[in-house]
Amino acid sequence: MRLSPAGALRHSGNLFLMALDVVRALPRRPFQAREFIQQAWFVASVTILPTALVSIPFGAVIALQIGSLTRQLGAQSFSGAASVLAVLREASPIVTALLIAGAGGTAICADLGARKIRDEIDAMQVLGIDPIHRLVVPRVLASMVVAVLLNGLVSVVGVAGGYFFNVVLQNGTPGAYLASFTTLAQLSDLWAAELKALVFGAIAAVVASYKGLNAQGGPKGVGDAVNQSVVITFMLLFVTNFVMTAVYFQVVPQRG
Amino acid sequence: MGVEICVEGLTKSFGHQVIWQDVSLTLPAGEVSVMLGPSGTGKSVFLKTLVGLLRPDRGSVKVAGRDITKLREHDLYEVRKLFGVLFQDGALFGSMNLYDNIAFPLREHTRKSESEIRRIVLEKMDMVGLIGAEEKLPGAISGGMRKRAGLARALVLDPEIILFDEPDSGLDPVRVAYLNQLIVDLNAQIDATFLIVTHDIASARQVPDNIGLLFRRELVMFGPREQLLTSDEPVVRQFLNGRMQGPIGMAEEKDAAQVQQELAQLGDSAHPDTPGSREITPRLLPGPGITRPPRWQAIAGREAELRRKEVTGA
Repeated sequence: MRLSPAGALRHSGNLFLMALDVVRALPRRPFQAREFIQQAWFVASVTILPTALVSIPFGAVIALQIGSLTRQLGAQSFSGAASVLAVLREASPIVTALLIAGAGGTAICADLGARKIRDEIDAMQVLGIDPIHRLVVPRVLASMVVAVLLNGLVSVVGVAGGYFFNVVLQNGTPGAYLASFTTLAQLSDLWAAELKALVFGAIAAVVASYKGLNAQGGPKGVGDAVNQSVVITFMLLFVTNFVMTAVYFQVVPQRG
Repeated sequence: MGVEICVEGLTKSFGHQVIWQDVSLTLPAGEVSVMLGPSGTGKSVFLKTLVGLLRPDRGSVKVAGRDITKLREHDLYEVRKLFGVLFQDGALFGSMNLYDNIAFPLREHTRKSESEIRRIVLEKMDMVGLIGAEEKLPGAISGGMRKRAGLARALVLDPEIILFDEPDSGLDPVRVAYLNQLIVDLNAQIDATFLIVTHDIASARQVPDNIGLLFRRELVMFGPREQLLTSDEPVVRQFLNGRMQGPIGMAEEKDAAQVQQELAQLGDSAHPDTPGSREITPRLLPGPGITRPPRWQAIAGREAELRRKEVTGA
């Protein structure tokens, strides 16, 4: 592949074009309910276990860091508040993003890429069926729904992990931990995190579908497409995360 | 009745590489045409351009009076319903069994009941000899079966135009013969316009009404079968006889001097009218069980006439 500024621009242009196509195909009937449920189940089944397993140590690390930090500052009573805040606001959307892109996105990209190089996508178009409507829309929706649910899972597991490490291993006081729970965090933090997850799910699925549907050059092409889709998704997700966080702090008044 | 496809001044390139330019031809309604060409001359690209999967740089493709190259995406999907396409490897959906694959277009585009779908699907599967393989997955069957299943799926919406992308590649000679017979029988039965893209000379000699030859980034010739089989054009002669001497080289085209020399040598060593070289191969006719429409009755009449002349002449 040749690298040129025009090529990069064209690819980003095509990516946005496809995102627009997906939005336009969203309300079109008949809605592919069967494909949506299958895909949602599929994406969930490849992400749930790794997500849970990743979020336990993630919550633990945050708890350890905050536990020692609050002890150094003499603010142990705030350790619960800080760790909930960290898990809820940043850790859970990021973990969700990593897994939805790493496990869900790659699976979508590999699946569509394999179909593309076997001419299945062409055959579908020739049979008069729009692959965006038939294949991509259900995948994007499934990935969004699963991302939102995963975000909830990560929050719960992360907070529980934080509690366990702080209270059991660092000899924190359970009462203080629980009492300070809501001193800093508020409900809008959860909504913001869920919104982030929703957007991350959409981005991951659109990028994976775009790369999959444009795979070419045989089996190696599919491998390349999967690789590129993960890299591009990660970059986009972290930028989006930054922008959404910045906007959130401007829009929602903070406690304290 | 089939639909006429009118191609004018079609040019396609990928980047700086011109695939072919200025291709103009008319696929007559209801007739069988074959597009020949050495590997890598863009035969498959031509096919994909005809159905609007690829957009040409210049030129037009008129199907039933509508220019495919200018249609919006939505209208394109409508026009494509006229087409049935058999892709090289069948292009079956890997996640569905054969029955669901063949039923897929019916379920997507029609409101037929499941029992009616079953009747149509089994009829088409019977046509291509796949009865009993309904539950098999595409990954678990041979290439020949995948091709036949792909053909059944292409037929299921009763298309007006059927495009075949190398139906004979990767098949044994016996299966190729069966497939050719199937193509001829189908043409007699459903009257659609057929275009077969191939480099199998034997099929090209006996199946079509018209033959075209793509070489050196252009359409060398397109016309009735007899015209190409008796043509003196060096490229056409070389390709139809499958020999090394001529303008087509292993990697690229050869230079003119070498071609001259080779053709001269060929003239020395062999009799100019080597048997089989310019002879018109007997045409494949629909099988005995098929009722022949007037067009095929006329063809069969002409064939019988030709054979009779040959016998009396010899």
